[in-house]
Amino acid sequence: MPLLQVDQLVKDYGDVRALHGIDFDVDAGEFVAVIGPSGSGKTTLIRCINRLIEPTEGDIHFDGNAMRTLKGADLRAARARMGMIFQHYNLVTRLSVLENVLHGRLGYKSTMAGIFGFYSDEEKEKAVEVLTLLGLDAFVYRRSDQLSGGQKQRVGIARALVQDPRMILCDEPISSLDPSSSKVIMDYLKKIQTELGITLFVNLHQVDVAKRYADRILGFREGRLVFDGPPADLSGDVIRDIYGTEAGELIIE
Amino acid sequence: MIASVERHPRSGAIRLRRRNPARRWLNGVLLVLTAMTVWGVATIETGSVPFGEAVVDTFRYLGLMFTQPRPTASHFGVPEGFLNVAGAAGYVLLVTLALSFLTTLLGGVIALALGLFAAQNLTNARVSNAIKGIVAVIRAVPTVLWVLIFAIGAGLGSVAAVIGMSFHTIGYLIKAYSESFEELDDGTIEALRAAGANWFQIVFQAVLPSSITSIVSWTFIRFEINFAVAVAMGAAAGAGGIGFNLFMSAGYFFDIREIGFITYLILFVAMAMESFATRLKARFLEQGS
Amino acid sequence: MNSSSSNVPTLTPTTYFRRQRTLATLIFIVVFALTIGAGALTRFDVVDMFTAIPRVAAWMAENLIPDAKSVSRLPRILDTLWDTVLMSIMASTLSAIAALPFALLGSTTTMIHPWVATAARIVASINRNIPVAAWALIFLLSFGQSQFTGFLALFFASFGFLTRVYMETIDETSSSSVEALRATGANWYHVVSQAVMPASLPQMISWELFVIETNIRSATLVGLLTGSGIGFLFDVYYKSLQYESAAMVVVALVVVVLAIEGISNVVRRRIL
Repeated sequence: MPLLQVDQLVKDYGDVRALHGIDFDVDAGEFVAVIGPSGSGKTTLIRCINRLIEPTEGDIHFDGNAMRTLKGADLRAARARMGMIFQHYNLVTRLSVLENVLHGRLGYKSTMAGIFGFYSDEEKEKAVEVLTLLGLDAFVYRRSDQLSGGQKQRVGIARALVQDPRMILCDEPISSLDPSSSKVIMDYLKKIQTELGITLFVNLHQVDVAKRYADRILGFREGRLVFDGPPADLSGDVIRDIYGTEAGELIIE
Repeated sequence: MIASVERHPRSGAIRLRRRNPARRWLNGVLLVLTAMTVWGVATIETGSVPFGEAVVDTFRYLGLMFTQPRPTASHFGVPEGFLNVAGAAGYVLLVTLALSFLTTLLGGVIALALGLFAAQNLTNARVSNAIKGIVAVIRAVPTVLWVLIFAIGAGLGSVAAVIGMSFHTIGYLIKAYSESFEELDDGTIEALRAAGANWFQIVFQAVLPSSITSIVSWTFIRFEINFAVAVAMGAAAGAGGIGFNLFMSAGYFFDIREIGFITYLILFVAMAMESFATRLKARFLEQGS
Repeated sequence: MNSSSSNVPTLTPTTYFRRQRTLATLIFIVVFALTIGAGALTRFDVVDMFTAIPRVAAWMAENLIPDAKSVSRLPRILDTLWDTVLMSIMASTLSAIAALPFALLGSTTTMIHPWVATAARIVASINRNIPVAAWALIFLLSFGQSQFTGFLALFFASFGFLTRVYMETIDETSSSSVEALRATGANWYHVVSQAVMPASLPQMISWELFVIETNIRSATLVGLLTGSGIGFLFDVYYKSLQYESAAMVVVALVVVVLAIEGISNVVRRRIL
């Protein structure tokens, strides 16, 4: 049984249809890249999966849960099993790196423990371990607004990892980064897939990066899934189809 | 064991954060404010009215005010009749608006001149700081005291009100205007200077045209503030207008339903101006407040 | 100018400047007419204005120098001023505590339901747009001449203002991290305590300090209307023509307000 099943997913913003009945499955352990031009529905799709955005129609099953029927504590528990990282890192800038990473544990906490930020010793040890894995052991107490972009994104990854997730959703994880930091981040994501066996679902702007790192690519255009296959099948014609002729030519170059 | 991690000496638990000065200041401020608030609560005099009774009365009055507003014609000095009262109420409302208009105009003109000398890119630091220092002192005196001080020279009335209200207007607008002027690129000024333009030419050809939208926006925002100030001066410093009517119905006639009527009038005008000011801010002033 | 005239063929530099001048003239005429109208409506006497300024300057020069009597009243003045400062801080702090839940419910980042958010914003807007003088007169009816009336007036007027700026602060500082925390499975209370408060608290304190500064000045007005505090003391000296003592009140007030502004600025630098 696939880890994630998306069936006939529709999202409307008022009269505008952002997603037109999307269907696909993701198996555990896959590295899936989602490509497509801005406004093609990538961002809406990724947020529908963990219901940061409410879908209009269709079904999403994740790890045996029918996501759309979940409420309250059940929804939180399901969200806790999928991490998410963001283009703009979305850290609490005034807090330390360690505090930001431990936010990944909030999905498992009672209201009171979460309000006062009571974390167990194991959780703290785990957070430091993850930070060490990501090469941030020297920055544990640094205020997160004093980090570089690449370091912030690694904190974002650490926050997702301490969730103990089965899958990590990545929304344009390298779009705000320079090329060398981008490579560091993508290498870490690949390592997370191969060494920890975590499924990755990554929105990407860069077709070449998607081809290099992903096992499978989903191509979106105007809210429709127009390509679903391995990177090898992503031909120049397909790219032109996804991005339009002109932009496609530039990407293929 | 990672060297950079700090542990609690006895339990060995990892600390979540290092002590940092900003957080200490924050906690310190919160502590001082709490202590002073507790002190205030403990020592405030509640007057001779029994407290519980006053609370019950307040709710009753507020209910009456907001559910059954009604003006009393004789308090406005007109005969009964909808048109008479509406005309009289409209008149006092206009007087208040006129006071705020005159204040904003007088203050705006003076602030425009002084704002040029307060902008750091158009003047030297000494002049700019001197103006800002004087403004700080002027703003430390409450508007109502400025009005009453000028009433000594001009008598209670519109002249004292407008001059008195102008002080804070000038202070506020100097800050707003000079910051708008400072947004002008240094390069532009340098280029004009290099082209041989003198100070006046720079001001009239570059500085004022490029900041005119923010000047107009800030001026309107101050006009909005001045409306509330003018209401207050009508009530407390004999400036006339709707504030004076409010003062009379609360202080002399004890006409709760009329207070409701006047409050609704003020609320209506203030909310209309606020929504317009908010739109101006969003459209023309990027960094708000 | 050249580029705009080439874009719009009919607009030559000459007509452009002529149009600008016509617009400027028109605006000038409208403002002038409004000024005349407003002056007539308020019976504003321009001559009076120009003669009042030197008269007041002379008065200030004469009365700002404290005499023996006004100096002997200084302890009384300072005592009242201290009460007023305490009352202003108390009103500001308690209104901040009351404004926080309204701001959380009204902010687009942390609202729990659109209707609740609209209700919270309407309550705040009504509070904010009723001038502090009106609040003072409203509470004067039930609480009479007392400091508590002044406190209530300042409390309600600041409450609306603080709710609004706190909503803006929350939206500015924390919308992105709130999204991230919701994605981890954190509940509303977690999001507020772990993301919103740490991110917004310094800015909120800064606004609170601003409101304290404003309220100390407003307390004078409120005191005049409600017969309490420093405003009332000024009124007593002023109406009994003891101008030296009234001036002493003003001087003491200026010193206290400037001191509090200075402290606030130091605190702001440290926490922001």
